[in-house]
Amino acid sequence: MTTHALDMAVKEDSLFSKFGQWCRRDKRGSASLLVLLVIIGIAVFAPWVAPYSPTEQDYSKMLMEPSAAHWLGTDDLGRDVLSRLIHGASKSVYAAFLAVGIALLIGVPVGLLAGFLGGWVDVCISRVIDTLLSFPAIVLAVAVTGAMGIGLTNAMVSVGIVFSPHIARLIRARTLVVREELYVDAARCFGASTTRLLVRHVTPNAIQPVIVQCTLLLAVALLAEASLSFLGLGVQPPEPSWGQMLARAYMYMEISPEQMYAPGLMIMVTALTFNTLGESLRVALDPTMKGL
Amino acid sequence: MSTASQSSVEDDRNIVTVENLKIHFPLKGGQTVKAVDGVSFQIRAGETLGIIGESGSGKSTVGRALVGLLKPTGGTLRYGDTDISALSASEYKRLRKNYQIIFQDPHAALNPRMTILQSLVEPMEIQGEGTRESRRKTALAALERAGLATEIALRHPHELSGGQKQRINIARALTVHPQFIVCDEVVAALDVSVRGSILNLFADLQEELGLTYAFITHDISVVAHVSQRVGVMYLGNMMELGPTDAVIENPLHPYTQALLSAEPRPVPSDMREDRRIRLEGEIPSPVAPPSGCRFRTRCPFATEKCKTEVPQWREIVRNHRVACHYATPDGRIG
Ligand SMILES: Nc1ncnc2c1ncn2[C@@H]1O[C@H](COP(=O)(O)OP(=O)(O)OP(=O)(O)O)[C@@H](O)[C@H]1O
Ligand code: SF4
Ligand SMILES: [Mg+2]
Repeated sequence: MTTHALDMAVKEDSLFSKFGQWCRRDKRGSASLLVLLVIIGIAVFAPWVAPYSPTEQDYSKMLMEPSAAHWLGTDDLGRDVLSRLIHGASKSVYAAFLAVGIALLIGVPVGLLAGFLGGWVDVCISRVIDTLLSFPAIVLAVAVTGAMGIGLTNAMVSVGIVFSPHIARLIRARTLVVREELYVDAARCFGASTTRLLVRHVTPNAIQPVIVQCTLLLAVALLAEASLSFLGLGVQPPEPSWGQMLARAYMYMEISPEQMYAPGLMIMVTALTFNTLGESLRVALDPTMKGL
Repeated sequence: MSTASQSSVEDDRNIVTVENLKIHFPLKGGQTVKAVDGVSFQIRAGETLGIIGESGSGKSTVGRALVGLLKPTGGTLRYGDTDISALSASEYKRLRKNYQIIFQDPHAALNPRMTILQSLVEPMEIQGEGTRESRRKTALAALERAGLATEIALRHPHELSGGQKQRINIARALTVHPQFIVCDEVVAALDVSVRGSILNLFADLQEELGLTYAFITHDISVVAHVSQRVGVMYLGNMMELGPTDAVIENPLHPYTQALLSAEPRPVPSDMREDRRIRLEGEIPSPVAPPSGCRFRTRCPFATEKCKTEVPQWREIVRNHRVACHYATPDGRIG
């Protein structure tokens, strides 16, 4: 055995070339990734991309139809809808990721510990999860936001807290299965610590349903942001967000229904993008699905 | 493995000693499964100890306890002279790597999301051995030693055959240089055509590395082939333990006699028809095992005494122990 020749044969692909392979294999996934990147790009570069200020009011041009000057028309205070949509992207995307991020941050470790340790830890955690799940989500979110103070960040942290028991329950259920797997026992025999077992063996094999759930929750979070902003708990006027725009347009639905199209469409497209990406991610992370 | 192994000085050393080992599993409702209920034996350095018995007799439970996957409910487990329950966590972590297990299901024993290489280097990572580069080299060398091409190192388990996966499990154990390996039905899940080569691999490794095995199987012909001594388990107890030839040619315990007569292949040469016993009835539940001798509900020789008194674990022939009131050195009961 010549070690050199042996090492040559066992060369791992670089991350870059793996990514290239993925793009070629999963056309739908890479298209969604592109859409998401465009949305994020717009969010980041909003001040440069938007034709007008999102908050500048012009009472001479209220609820105007789309025109050359205002591609998507103006809203009830004469603000340019396109500019508000572009500026709103950053708030909405931030809101969705914040909520789901918080949900993961709380839900994953809690669910893992409950499932892996079992016993009274599991009993206590499961009791709390069940209690939280028995409340209507929006009521809970309103209550938590009320306690923490209004504002987009607080509102979305509340939504994240409300989401977290869903995540915890999912991962707990998978962990109960995965912790019994032989490869976990095998790692134990080599002296693996609980942390290693959780990080290297249990989490990667238990996380799959959570990834799918997250993409659904991202879409739900976009709508939750709309609801909370509608109730005045989220984005504060005059700052725009898609949810807030939708909520405001709702009030003028009778006079000018087309006001709802733009934010509604953006929420839908973004939600769909999240879903497609989630499915692609799930497949990409599952070695047994390679080549499908 | 059938060849006597290695340094004769070390042969007297016990690599594993269990005394009165008990493993009970609590059930909902306060009952317990007495999967292993008071078993004592030693495993000598360099030998292969076969463990046979019907399904549910507690073989795997003993095997898992030997490598620390199950905590004894009672009794002691010693590695060499060290009682492992007395060790600190870090001492135990360093010691336990010398005691490995290969499972029946080679696929389930590998993390499906890790490449073979990742699985192979993990034991060394856990033990903090070597550098990234040296671990990789050791892993690839072990892969070759187990009879596989290094090209498969970047594959995932689902891309490989059962035999290949079992070789990977073996290679993974080898990366930390164990002294002792529990082989729990290691070929039972494999294609008949590859069983022989995997058994040969175990034999070669034993010869080369001076390994000690506890070889769990319900295939008596395999046990006869690989082990120097064999223990016979029934319902959580060990019924007989002695040199393989003696146990197979001249079984002393009624259960072993019945087990062997039920087995078509290695019929002992001197086993006349009138000594053939058939196993009748179902194996009782380990939740409520029979009083006295556990085998009495199926034993043709059972008496009142068997009901009330637990048979002693007697050495009635040198190095040959039996748990039966009426066993005699020549194999007759009574
Ligand atoms: N985790 C557990 N919880 C409850 N009972 C268990 C558990 N593990 C094993 N048992 C029970 O303990 C007894 C012994 O099981 P074990 O797996 O050791 O038998 P075995 O001799 O290996 O059988 P087989 O030949 O089928 O592998 C069985 O009755 C089994 O149902
Ligand atoms: S002790 Fe009694 S019941 Fe048990 S094996 Fe011996 S004769 Fe049979
Ligand atoms: Mg078993």
